[in-house]
Amino acid sequence: MITYPFTYRRAKTLAEAEALIKAAPDGKLLAGGQTLIAAMKMRLANPSDLIDISCIKELNYIRAGAGAVAIGAATIHHDVANSPEVKKAIPALARLAALIGDPAVRHKGTIGGSVANNDPAADYPAAVLALNATIKTSRRSIRADDFFTGMFSTALEDGEIVTEVSFPVPEKAAYQKFPNPASRYAMAGVFVAKFKDGVRVAATGAGPCVFRVPQMEAALAKSFTPDAVAKIAVAADGLNSDIHGSAEYRANLVTVMAKRAVADAA
Amino acid sequence: MTVVSMTVNGRPVSVETEDRTLLVHFLREQLRLTGTHIGCDTSQCGACVVHVDGKAVKSCTMFAVQAEGAQVTTIEGLAKDGKLHPVQEAFRDNHGLQCGFCTPGMIMTAVDMIRRKGVMDRTTIRHELEGNICRCTGYVNIVSAIEDAAKRMAGEKAA
Repeated sequence: MITYPFTYRRAKTLAEAEALIKAAPDGKLLAGGQTLIAAMKMRLANPSDLIDISCIKELNYIRAGAGAVAIGAATIHHDVANSPEVKKAIPALARLAALIGDPAVRHKGTIGGSVANNDPAADYPAAVLALNATIKTSRRSIRADDFFTGMFSTALEDGEIVTEVSFPVPEKAAYQKFPNPASRYAMAGVFVAKFKDGVRVAATGAGPCVFRVPQMEAALAKSFTPDAVAKIAVAADGLNSDIHGSAEYRANLVTVMAKRAVADAA
Repeated sequence: MTVVSMTVNGRPVSVETEDRTLLVHFLREQLRLTGTHIGCDTSQCGACVVHVDGKAVKSCTMFAVQAEGAQVTTIEGLAKDGKLHPVQEAFRDNHGLQCGFCTPGMIMTAVDMIRRKGVMDRTTIRHELEGNICRCTGYVNIVSAIEDAAKRMAGEKAA
């Protein structure tokens, strides 16, 4: 499959990327390209320019600091999965990264690309939302609760570039997903994070956009055990229904994955 | 059109190509390295896996211009001085191929996983092979070949 024609430009710095995307009539940022290139080959996307930000060194880092792990937007999944800093501070985040796609995809795909794309079945959004991460951009900082606004949509403005995702370190956390056996995308994935002042639960794959489950958060704040969430069902209304599974099936998976995640974290 | 320069199997190349040319098309059609296969063309099957700067990637989901300045290795670059790479030898000895279509991608993926993980159990190998599909379903012998190759290569290193 061949994409529509476009002009490729490689940015070496964030400032250069901002200037290039601003100058392009209908430009798109290219990071790992593991979603964008597939969409372009299907001719579902037709950008005039691709601004490659994957080689910008200032966006490629993992820094574990006081109470948080900051990951540069151009960091590939493989590096997050294998980072000693991430494994030590937030092992659930390293394990989540190791479950994305397959090894070749993890060698290209980036955390910034994943959160900016906000695929309904992507894994990272569950970690970002449950860990109450902050998304830093070329213009501002955005709280996770304000970032994911709907299917494939985020609070990012035109030309705004994700530069970093900063994850607060929880007391305990775990991610469990039921992967689609062909694509490895989450049919439903649940990330559970326990902090000193509360618990956050985020579900991906089940609905059109990653979402929190407040009933589970309240129950787990009282008792952080699998039994606490075993009887809590999310409504099937509005969840995804397709050839792989009905909305009811996915609603049930959310509870099952939440139970497994709490068992894994506890 | 852009002149893209990279090193392919140790040989520097500089070729004019369209920005939209996928790396796999560049390798197959412009460099005539047809060992890298196109199976699904949707980044699922892994027949197109090559190494870019030492890492296994799907060359159908990357543009050639993205490999500007990179070191690319294809299946043609594994054998040295007429001697098969240990992973190629192990695939032959374990009958790790049936029709052979997926084999270049399987071998490039195997070389990458052995580099990262060394000797592995069969469960790990199967997990690492998630991005490669064999439509003959010949996985048992593929896994055996990789298991065998990893042990041979560990032995060579120790020797």
